[in-house]
Amino acid sequence: MREILELLERDAHLSHDTIATMTGLPVEEVTARIAEYEASGVIRRYKAVIDWDSVEGQHSESVTAFIDVSVAPARGVGFDDVANRISRFGEVRSVYLVSGSHDLRCTVVGRDIRAVSDFVSQKLSTIDRVQATATHFVLKTHKRDGDVFTEPEPDHRLPVTP
Amino acid sequence: MKPLNEVIAACPPSGIRRFFDIAAEMDDVISLGVGEPDFVTPWRIREAGIYALEHGYTTYTSNAGLPRLRELICADLAERYDARYSPATECLITTGVSEGLDLALRVLLNPGDEVIIPEPCYVAYEPCVAFAGGVPVRVPTSWEDGFAISAEVVAAAITPRTKAVLIGSPANPTGAVQPREALEALVRLAQEHDLYLISDEIYDRLTYTGAHTCLGALPGARERTVLLGGFSKAQAMTGWRVGWICAPEAVAELCVRVHQYTMLCAPHISQLAAVEALSAAEDDVTEMVADYDRRRRVFVKGLREIGLECPEPGGAFYAFPSIRSSGLDSETFAERLLKEQSVAVVPGSVFGPSGEGHIRCSYATALPLLEEALERMGRFLRSL
Repeated sequence: MREILELLERDAHLSHDTIATMTGLPVEEVTARIAEYEASGVIRRYKAVIDWDSVEGQHSESVTAFIDVSVAPARGVGFDDVANRISRFGEVRSVYLVSGSHDLRCTVVGRDIRAVSDFVSQKLSTIDRVQATATHFVLKTHKRDGDVFTEPEPDHRLPVTP
Repeated sequence: MKPLNEVIAACPPSGIRRFFDIAAEMDDVISLGVGEPDFVTPWRIREAGIYALEHGYTTYTSNAGLPRLRELICADLAERYDARYSPATECLITTGVSEGLDLALRVLLNPGDEVIIPEPCYVAYEPCVAFAGGVPVRVPTSWEDGFAISAEVVAAAITPRTKAVLIGSPANPTGAVQPREALEALVRLAQEHDLYLISDEIYDRLTYTGAHTCLGALPGARERTVLLGGFSKAQAMTGWRVGWICAPEAVAELCVRVHQYTMLCAPHISQLAAVEALSAAEDDVTEMVADYDRRRRVFVKGLREIGLECPEPGGAFYAFPSIRSSGLDSETFAERLLKEQSVAVVPGSVFGPSGEGHIRCSYATALPLLEEALERMGRFLRSL
């Protein structure tokens, strides 16, 4: 049921009881469905959304870059084999096949600029059929995956109103 | 000094005020006493307001309001409820339902005309009738009947001076949604006795357990109904002060006449934001409604678990549990709950005598706070 997944995607901490109440389903069914989603890989895993910029001393310890990659497609596999190869590196956080002037858009996280640059020049660019890369370092994260990383808006409501 | 207006001077201040004063002094209060959404206006609507400001839409609009907004409102009513109003002659934009209510009453009432008001009801209904020179006549509803309006009870209150019946559904404070049959019976009664119906439908989109019945769409109702609606609740736009009246031409025309002299027009910027709200913010509304519904289920279940009987609230964002098991009257209950456990609720008695024995709890509050409030309320009940 889609609603269970949507609720968990927003707040993985919700108890099965609460989800059952919210959706009107029996709690046993909620538990069973979630177990099924977990077993089948629909739910991959649960994790926290962290604003690393606000963790003291942390923001200088890692950098993120978006890297656009141009790839010469090959008969039979298109871009899949190269995309797959790039995806396997631990420092690569996401890989998308995109339309536009490049073919793949990747997110890479490294200890510092040097580490990312080394990764691009030594690993990414040297993959067969990778023709060009363009690296964009992230300077500040404003919003990620639907989460806004600015100050939350204060509640301006009066405590008791009609 | 000469005496001030005696009708206004005789009107008691809102019973909510006292609780506001106590709560405002305290730290760590979880307020379930707020009659407005905890969502901020969806960004795309705010952004449309900013754009309007930037581009200098800081002027008056026509008295009746922006034609585009009236067209969107009438199209929405037609599509959603099959209620048909002409944007040009039967619709005007007001500064919220509050002004709409005031206009409707002023236009409908002659001095001494009686308006029947089923209670518990929104706190402004009776004073607004009195301010318009009318006489409010309360009729009770009961939680045993799900606060459904009984045509017989209304009929028993009808006198030769009765001019109108004023209802709100979904209702503040009970969260009750009037069943279609109850409204149909009310319409028949209104036809029989030639009464007007004023229908405050500000919470129409916040209906969870069944479809909302728009009074203006019921057979025989349209020619005697003044329909009030707005953007405060479903679109979370309380502070923008923008609402509307849809009514038969003769009524709408006189509403515009009062409005043009007393208000001139609703704020231009708010009207433009409302255009965005109706033309592009449906997904935001759907999401907020779904969220209220989930919190409603959790909160009502929680109230029952701590031992408060709670009729199922089908709409708005209020639960109206009975606190009779506590042995306290609702005023004492609310005051002690606030002082002893720092949870603000509104005593049901401020909404009319039938609200005694209940408290109004708004679940327009973040889920963790609702859960904490339930904890504290449970502690309070156990301490009695």
